[in-house]
Amino acid sequence: MQRAAPTADQTTPETSASTSGIGSVDEFLALAAQLAALVFGPGGEERAAQAVEFLRRRLTGDYEVDPFGFDAELTETVLLPLLRPLYRRWFRVRVTGAANLPADGPALVVANHSGTLPLDSLMTQVAVHDEHPAQRHLRVLGADLVFQLPFVGDLARTSGTTLACNEDAERLFAAGELVGVWPEGFKGIGKPFSERYKLQRFGRGGFVAAAIRARAPIVPCAIVGAEETYPMVGNLRTVARLLGLPYLPITPTFPWLGVLGLVPLPSKWLIEFGEPIPTAGYGPGAAEDPTLVFELTDRVRETIQQTLHTLLARRSNIFF
Amino acid sequence: MRKAVVVTGVARYLGACFARMLGDDPAVGRVIGIDVVPPQHDLGRCEFERADIRNPVVADVITKARVDTVVHMNVLATPVDAGGRAPQKEINVIGTMQLLAACQKAPTVRRLVVKSSTTVYGASPRDPAIFTEEIAPKALPRSGFAKDSVEVEGYVRGFSRRRPDVYVTTLRFANFVGPTVRTPLTEYFTMPVLPVVIGHDARLQFVHEDDGLAALRLATVEDRPGTYNVAGDGIMLLSQAARRAGRPNIPVPGLVSSTVGAVLRRAKLADFSPEQIQFLTYGRGVDTTRMREQLGFEPKYTTAQAFDSFVDARCRGGILDPDRLRSVERTLVGLLRGSAGGGG
Repeated sequence: MQRAAPTADQTTPETSASTSGIGSVDEFLALAAQLAALVFGPGGEERAAQAVEFLRRRLTGDYEVDPFGFDAELTETVLLPLLRPLYRRWFRVRVTGAANLPADGPALVVANHSGTLPLDSLMTQVAVHDEHPAQRHLRVLGADLVFQLPFVGDLARTSGTTLACNEDAERLFAAGELVGVWPEGFKGIGKPFSERYKLQRFGRGGFVAAAIRARAPIVPCAIVGAEETYPMVGNLRTVARLLGLPYLPITPTFPWLGVLGLVPLPSKWLIEFGEPIPTAGYGPGAAEDPTLVFELTDRVRETIQQTLHTLLARRSNIFF
Repeated sequence: MRKAVVVTGVARYLGACFARMLGDDPAVGRVIGIDVVPPQHDLGRCEFERADIRNPVVADVITKARVDTVVHMNVLATPVDAGGRAPQKEINVIGTMQLLAACQKAPTVRRLVVKSSTTVYGASPRDPAIFTEEIAPKALPRSGFAKDSVEVEGYVRGFSRRRPDVYVTTLRFANFVGPTVRTPLTEYFTMPVLPVVIGHDARLQFVHEDDGLAALRLATVEDRPGTYNVAGDGIMLLSQAARRAGRPNIPVPGLVSSTVGAVLRRAKLADFSPEQIQFLTYGRGVDTTRMREQLGFEPKYTTAQAFDSFVDARCRGGILDPDRLRSVERTLVGLLRGSAGGGG
């Protein structure tokens, strides 16, 4: 970098390397190119060149993020590939009903929440992107705690998550996005292991009202496997309150094994996307009808609970 | 009939630019600029009246000149401009109250334009990603310029209730950038290395100085009452902006960032107030649908273009200058593809 610096003062960078007379820079770069060919295999120069272009664009800020902070390029090239080994090898996620996700237009995916850490939300994001031919991105609605935390909140926005509030949900629907919610919230993800696969209360039905307003179909989604990743056998309530967290889990491995305790158990996962429930037929004003919103919320909840039982019966062992 | 316009805050850069612009405008007959201190910039055809908007003299100016339009640009963003936080608050809040009182008594006044800011929405992890004009933030800003702006808008709303015959336009501007304007944020991006809050990447939105002035002009010569967000299209992350400016950043833990801010402020390197740090931690975005559809204003620059015009004029030659990286890329890619692009 430092040796290349004098070339930048020239106005035509195309010719700078050859005319600047710094032969050693050229030699060094040629060596780097050969090295790249070695690393990327024979004929890998093109891929190396693409990698260099990508790096340059990232380093000079030459990319776009959407108003929510979603960076589609970084999600596809870095974040999803990082999650895939966990998805394919560790949890061996099996997805059914991916065809129930619409190929375009707004829709709301509603799923059950569990597992202490929101791995279920991450795995569903991979599932939606990888198992559906349209490779859509699931735009997750997350709790405000997520955005208060350093790094976590930042990564969440980068991968397309935004705050679970009516304004953001409606804006995403208006943009024709596929939106994902885990309406049990902390009640679901932080419940003890003894209550596994028992759906908790579904918030206040705000997500259903938003879907009705946007005439977006609701796709119920049942996730089996996340409950066993970090089985929560105890809760350090006092410490959690001191840290401002909703719960602080004790699992068979955490905190006893320290950082190793953060490794999730390799449970076998099944994700099923159910048949979409259309909302377009309800007409305007339906979102203002609490009875209808509660009924629809209950129907979605019942569907997910039933599917969970079916999937559990299908899974012979929690690890296979 | 050609308009008689009063512009407050002409001693500072944007106020002077705007006064000069109105002076050349055929729709405007007379422009009177008001400020406490003499202007440092050329005001063109604008007449200057040295008056403190904190005292009632301003009412005489408005009545004598039979002013029909008042443009209030004298809400100061930084304590440095005013000589401390106490005078800043006094100029912003008491000044606005006096000005509005003067307008209320002047029967000729038909139009009031207020330059406000999107800081009224605050910045927090508990608010929606994008603010429309109706969304009230979960927690109102509690200090500095942001709090002043909220209070100023409150008094302006009160004024419009008492004088329903006056067209009141409040423009909430995103951060100004451009080749010439200087704000705490532009001075921040010209530092060689940028301190950022560790683990957070704020979403920023910019408005180009030319667009900002054009929006103010539109509100001054046309009747477009209402409150409007004014910003360029799209958003940019703080890290992305730093990279476009060729500046490396140093992550600083959140707890000490206010200390770092205080040190930088004392060293006159950049003006970091607590609400500025909050903004650079969580950021915010605003919706500009109403600006397009009701104000009828179309900015010429997107957020990215506005920022790039600022970078081209003021941030060249940073350690990670994009041109420098681009030339390295061309050389490497040229070599890899075996073409004459970079190496030959």
